[in-house]
Amino acid sequence: MASLDRRELAAIFAGGAAGALLRVWLGRHFSAGAPGWPWATFAINVTGSFALAYFATRLQERLPQSTYRRPLLGTGFCGAYTTFSTMQVEILKIVDAHRYGLAAGYALASIVAGYVAIWTATSIVRRTRLLA
Amino acid sequence: MSAWVWAAVALVGGAGAIARFALDSLIAQRAGRGFPLGTFTINATGALLLGLLTGLAVQGTAMVIAGTATIGSFTTFSTWMFETHRLAEDADTPRATVNVLLSLGVGFGAAVLGRAIGAHA
Repeated sequence: MASLDRRELAAIFAGGAAGALLRVWLGRHFSAGAPGWPWATFAINVTGSFALAYFATRLQERLPQSTYRRPLLGTGFCGAYTTFSTMQVEILKIVDAHRYGLAAGYALASIVAGYVAIWTATSIVRRTRLLA
Repeated sequence: MSAWVWAAVALVGGAGAIARFALDSLIAQRAGRGFPLGTFTINATGALLLGLLTGLAVQGTAMVIAGTATIGSFTTFSTWMFETHRLAEDADTPRATVNVLLSLGVGFGAAVLGRAIGAHA
């Protein structure tokens, strides 16, 4: 940690704060009471994956080097907006309710949809470059 | 939720993101970036901690701040998927597959373990 950049850390902090606020807000408005399909987390993880791939690919391959956009939008916002731990505890609670098919389906759908979102966003950014 | 709780969510959310960045950088420095070990460690640790809070029956505002906001921001789904995609793109399908299955399996096991520890504490 020799090269601690205060402004980079500030950008990560600001992005993380915004990501957490949005996720908590969405979770409160679209939460399932009973252990059903966790729509809020699912939607958050898929949209956040799309956004991360869009920002990261664009910043890496399209735009001139910027020091603070990647930490703000990628590491900070998308990283904190999406969540792994909540997904795992949700799977655990669905397993508790003996809904094994739902638990496996939720895990599988999250991974497949998240991966497709990354692939789609990456392709969109790269196609824009080819056309430009 | 009061304005103070929302302010706390923002504060710990930012702190969670900084902690993730710091730990990921530290692990990458020692282990390199061949396999995304940083994100794996962060996600497994976060699943354990959130399981622990669940086992301790932390609820309401305390759970929103300590669990959803802090640990939720510390762990990340998007980076996990992004790193998996980039591994697959580099024609490293075995590592990409291992990254998905290992994180999912160990993450679930960590949540189970954390909850069991919390429930017996």
